[in-house]
Amino acid sequence: MSDNLILAPVFIHLFIAIFQLIAWRKTVTQRILSVGGALVALISAAMLFTHVYVHGTITLNASNWKAPFSIVFVADLLGATMVVLTSIAGFAVSIFSATGLSRQRMLYGYFPIFHFLLMGLNGAFLTGDIFNLYVWFEVIIIASFVLMTLGGRRNQLEGALKYMSMNILASMFFLTGIGILYGMTGSLNMADLSIKMHDVQNRSLVGITSVFFILGFGIKSAVFPLYFWLPSSYHTPPSAVAATFGGLLTKVGIYAILRVNSLIFIPDDFTKKLLMVMAVLTILTGAFGSLNKMNIRRLFSYLIVCHIGFMVGGIAIFTKLALMGTVFYLIHDIMVKTNMFLISGVIMQLRGVITMEKLGGLYKEYPKISLLIAIVLLSLVGIPPLSGFWPKVYLFREAFTGQHYFFVAALILGSLVTLYVIAKMWAEVFWKDIPADVTVDNKFEPLPFLRKLLLLIPIGILAIASVYIGLNAEAIVQIVDRIAEELIDTSSYINAVFKK
Amino acid sequence: MRSSILQTATRYLLPILLLFSIFLLLRGHYYPGGGFVGGLVASIAFVLHSFANGTDATMKLLRKKPLSLIPVGLGVATLSVLVPVLVGLPPMTGLWLEGDFPIVGSIGTALFFDLGVYLVVIGVVLTILFTISLTDD
Amino acid sequence: MELLLILVIGLLYTGGVYFILRRSMVKLLLGIMLLGSATNILIFVLGAIVKAKPPIIGSAQEVLNKTYADPVPQALILTAIVISFALTAFAIVLLKRVYALLETDDLDNLNTPEEEDI
Repeated sequence: MSDNLILAPVFIHLFIAIFQLIAWRKTVTQRILSVGGALVALISAAMLFTHVYVHGTITLNASNWKAPFSIVFVADLLGATMVVLTSIAGFAVSIFSATGLSRQRMLYGYFPIFHFLLMGLNGAFLTGDIFNLYVWFEVIIIASFVLMTLGGRRNQLEGALKYMSMNILASMFFLTGIGILYGMTGSLNMADLSIKMHDVQNRSLVGITSVFFILGFGIKSAVFPLYFWLPSSYHTPPSAVAATFGGLLTKVGIYAILRVNSLIFIPDDFTKKLLMVMAVLTILTGAFGSLNKMNIRRLFSYLIVCHIGFMVGGIAIFTKLALMGTVFYLIHDIMVKTNMFLISGVIMQLRGVITMEKLGGLYKEYPKISLLIAIVLLSLVGIPPLSGFWPKVYLFREAFTGQHYFFVAALILGSLVTLYVIAKMWAEVFWKDIPADVTVDNKFEPLPFLRKLLLLIPIGILAIASVYIGLNAEAIVQIVDRIAEELIDTSSYINAVFKK
Repeated sequence: MRSSILQTATRYLLPILLLFSIFLLLRGHYYPGGGFVGGLVASIAFVLHSFANGTDATMKLLRKKPLSLIPVGLGVATLSVLVPVLVGLPPMTGLWLEGDFPIVGSIGTALFFDLGVYLVVIGVVLTILFTISLTDD
Repeated sequence: MELLLILVIGLLYTGGVYFILRRSMVKLLLGIMLLGSATNILIFVLGAIVKAKPPIIGSAQEVLNKTYADPVPQALILTAIVISFALTAFAIVLLKRVYALLETDDLDNLNTPEEEDI
């Protein structure tokens, strides 16, 4: 019976979306459903996580077929952790969008689509079937297309077109890879594939297939030669949408790279080298791209790219400690990046603009809000003891012992540039006096106290999560240690699927 | 431009196509057919009607917005997926009632899942087509 | 039959890539659709288009041996077609909106400069 818990985070979001579709155009009902439902989903995700943490990996064979033939849902520690993180971020964003989003967007069905997106994310983290993973990816991208275009401003449509064409191409690479895999092994179950891939004679075809997957997931997670759609689209949608995208969507790509490369393909020297080159160049291009950006959201978009490189680099080293660093960074990054875009939304409410030239004086006017934001910025930069620091320690250590000196240099440079741009942003937005010729359009001040609080609570929740991850790093390390162990030695995953 | 030949033909074709779509829906479990194809045929029937008589006439014929079919269909499909959980089986397990029924054949959760898909497909296709044709004006 | 399908796949991929590299939005969409079809046929071919290859029952058994092809690739393709149907429908609506707003079909005109950011 406890196995059915796996599907709870998926079905709860589905039910929320269905009820919100029935309550079409009733924005108050939709808002209550969204926040309440996201809380229920968070609770169910936490229950799933504790169950998996205590009792180990659990599986569910849909439609009661036996393992390799059914579509199997697997909650191992990595998947369950990702579901918890998705639920925390989803809960925070649902509160933020219930207060911060324009009524117009809600009337066009923002909330049901948002919950379809969360359903797709949870499904992608919990499935144990490679084709089912493709289907969940499609659910995610269709929902994200709608969210991206909702509102229909000029730059939104332009961004959406680039985002759409690149993501459809990525799905096509992914689907081609699946087709070749099925042709080679006759199976789609990831645990079964993991066993059968050892017996495939045609090793070069295996290598080519792994490149198909890296291309597909690489576009989705925005690594070096494939990331250009991200900075040209992520700054266009409203902050709540950008927060979901920036926090979660690229990380699904990283999750998929981790999953596929640990279970189906064991990275050989070529794949490792390829990933390492991509990682180093991703960090460098992302960092350099962020240097001259004055629009806060464009700046954050480039920082997303830059930090994706840290995680890909960890996968490229592929030792236990490096994978610990990658997964720890993943946990930290989801919390912080979601929060960054929510912060840009609050700045938008306070000032009506998000380019740094027209901003200033926020610290003088709102010292408490500024301090809250400062915590988030510091943990993004990775000041110890906040959350960004610990995963970098692991990554540095493994890069040194593995003699990946380019990656070490890129890590240092990426961290320094992050520090520089965040310091620049702090000076421009918070410390500098507001430019004399700018008229402030403050939408925040006239709001009632409760709505002000509700705009800041999600940032607070995510900031507390970041601080907790940083201060109680030992607990996180224990989780991450087990995840990395399961990624290197996949036998527990395979045994759980085949119920041995 | 309204063609009276098309209008007259549509008057007869619409019920026939709808009947055919239900036929496809019901035979779907063992033979080619099923909820998706059935839903497509049903929505083609309405699309044909809108070609002959204009989109407004079709919307009047449907009375309700096609969008409202989507949550109904999703709900039916989701519930049929979750029914086996009540008897302690994994979700999506096929449960069938004993014996055959006239016209419908055997009744089970898979049939209701197909019915849900059928409704969702009609809702989605008509919503998309109405959106495209109404933005023309 | 297999050779013919492989040639078709090559043709579709070529056409798709050619269309994607054009500057017109409509051709971009056409290119994506061609690539999608090519991928679907690729899966069809990779699933071994022969009779008598059922997915589950082993060769020792005699049931299902004669006329049933492997249904899994067909199920995969059907799913992929349904998904690409939804994606294409959405893409057409999006292209119409973009065209109505910008009155251009040229992808190069889709760059709002950074100076216009708020």
